[in-house]
Amino acid sequence: MKKLKQFGKNLYDNRIWLLMILPGFIWLIVMKYIPMFGQIIAFKDFRFHPDGFFASVFHSEWVGLENFQFLFSTNDAFIITRNTLLYNIVFIVVGLILAVAVAIILSELTKQKLAKVYQTGMLFPHFLSWVVVSYFVFAFLSMDKGLFNNVLGFFNIDPVAWYNEPDYWPYFITVISQWKGVGFSSIVYLAAIVGIDRTHYEAAMIDGANKWQQIRHVTIPMIMPLIVILTILNIGSIFSADFGLFYQIPRDSGPLYSVTNVIDTYVYRGLMTMGDIGMSTAAGLYQATVGFVLILLTNYIVRKIDEENALF
Amino acid sequence: MDKPAELLEREESMPKRIPRKKRYNPYGFSGKTSIFMHVMLGTFAFLCIFPFLYVIIISLSNEQSLAANGYQLIPEQWSFEAYKYLWQMRSQVVQAYGVTILVTVLGTLISVSVIALYAYAISRKQFIYRKQFTFIAFFTMLFSGGMVPFYIVMTQFLDLKNSIWALILPMAVNAFYIIIMRTFFMRTVPEAILESARIDGAGELRIFLTIVLPLSIPGIATIALFSTLAYWNDWFNALLFIDDPNLIPLQSLLMRIENNMDFIKQNAMLSNQNSAILSSIPQDSARMAMVVIATLPIALSYPFFQKYFVKGLTIGGVKD
Repeated sequence: MKKLKQFGKNLYDNRIWLLMILPGFIWLIVMKYIPMFGQIIAFKDFRFHPDGFFASVFHSEWVGLENFQFLFSTNDAFIITRNTLLYNIVFIVVGLILAVAVAIILSELTKQKLAKVYQTGMLFPHFLSWVVVSYFVFAFLSMDKGLFNNVLGFFNIDPVAWYNEPDYWPYFITVISQWKGVGFSSIVYLAAIVGIDRTHYEAAMIDGANKWQQIRHVTIPMIMPLIVILTILNIGSIFSADFGLFYQIPRDSGPLYSVTNVIDTYVYRGLMTMGDIGMSTAAGLYQATVGFVLILLTNYIVRKIDEENALF
Repeated sequence: MDKPAELLEREESMPKRIPRKKRYNPYGFSGKTSIFMHVMLGTFAFLCIFPFLYVIIISLSNEQSLAANGYQLIPEQWSFEAYKYLWQMRSQVVQAYGVTILVTVLGTLISVSVIALYAYAISRKQFIYRKQFTFIAFFTMLFSGGMVPFYIVMTQFLDLKNSIWALILPMAVNAFYIIIMRTFFMRTVPEAILESARIDGAGELRIFLTIVLPLSIPGIATIALFSTLAYWNDWFNALLFIDDPNLIPLQSLLMRIENNMDFIKQNAMLSNQNSAILSSIPQDSARMAMVVIATLPIALSYPFFQKYFVKGLTIGGVKD
């Protein structure tokens, strides 16, 4: 009783703060926590009930792991997991190399005005939506009018139906993702490099280190903690893919599904095209759970290495 | 052998304070490497904007020459047909523009207010439940509810199918921004100032509006910029929740004309009897012209907001 009274008093004393968080709190509950609770329909045979969302969830019958069994009995589960993981691994490795390289070069260029111009150019794709980028890509890959086939035609090579040829797409997807992302991801590294104490370089130069040696022995070691942290964080989200990249860029082309279908697009298609609510929720829960475990795991590793840089 | 000269120059300029923004960059790369690096980065930077230029060129090409020669870098015949056509069919385009602007403005306002209030409250030591509410926000970054439950909540629980709020609410709050703003408030708003205001008898809400907000403009502007861009470029929520042509935002309109231009005629048909125009649609160039029209506001304002964006990215670490 006394505790309750104290709690009431605390609430009253903090009313102004509680009022401030209220709109955001309601949003978090409705848009994040209720859907989290809604994940239990992965274990149910979901049926819409006229009395609204909660009635639907409660009145749907429990089916245990049936949805998961169904999901993992298909070949799709393997393909989407493989695609999501492989693409993300490639993005992490290639993205890291490119971002660090671009940041180092930008920081070392003698004409910093030009470096700013380059940076402005490289950052531009980041601000475009995937829909717009898909049109850009179409201008290159269109079967009858695209630039690629025009060039091939110039050399008397038969045009290629790019949107039907899965073999090329792992490369296309990787290039496009880097094209859009490198300008952005290099910013953080550039900021770190600019922040390096210049006396390190002076000392290195006095010892006779040339530019490459300075980069190898000063710049890279100095940004190594950042590289490690960002990479580990990326590994934490290795199980979720950029929906726009995999949905918009291949233009939902069926022949490409084997190399462009990832968990996110699979869940979307399961929901909107096939209407299989149980199975797509199961796929979503599978993704959320593995993602959650991965983040906890990577954070644990970061904390082991360097507590300062752990996320929590 | 230009090092000694440069060194001399540096020594001369030593007594003057090196301007803070200018990076100390004694030699940079040597001659040949420098040229090579400039060429490499310059090429890459050009390739980053080239597709946009290419699409502009296609949109200005004559439809017949597109049909005959494909998308050329220098079209055989230039033409404004595509833009003229879009002007004739403008009702759908204008409608979509209106939806996008409304959603962007309203969304950004709501988003910034809600995030700033939440972040400020959990940044203050006086608030005894700050830890709990920080965790409530933070946890949503770790575990997601997934697309399907989210979809069902939006359509069945909130009943937002074909509502303008379906385009605004899903992106109104972002836990990541809350955490960033919280750090920002902790760093930039010293307790001492607030304390003196409290002694003067100002309430917390007034302190927030008159003291904290003006101090936090850089942080707020950053969140507003991120939010504006996210709303402008959003097509995902429209894909899930909007069928009504009157509520289609620009990006979504672009998606719908991907395979044929008919969608854009829907509204125009009723008012426009000129079937000659309707029969000769400049399909390819008009589509690309739509891309240009949808992207132009970003492309034009980009050089101005770019530097704030870069600054904003490094404004608040996640941790305090």
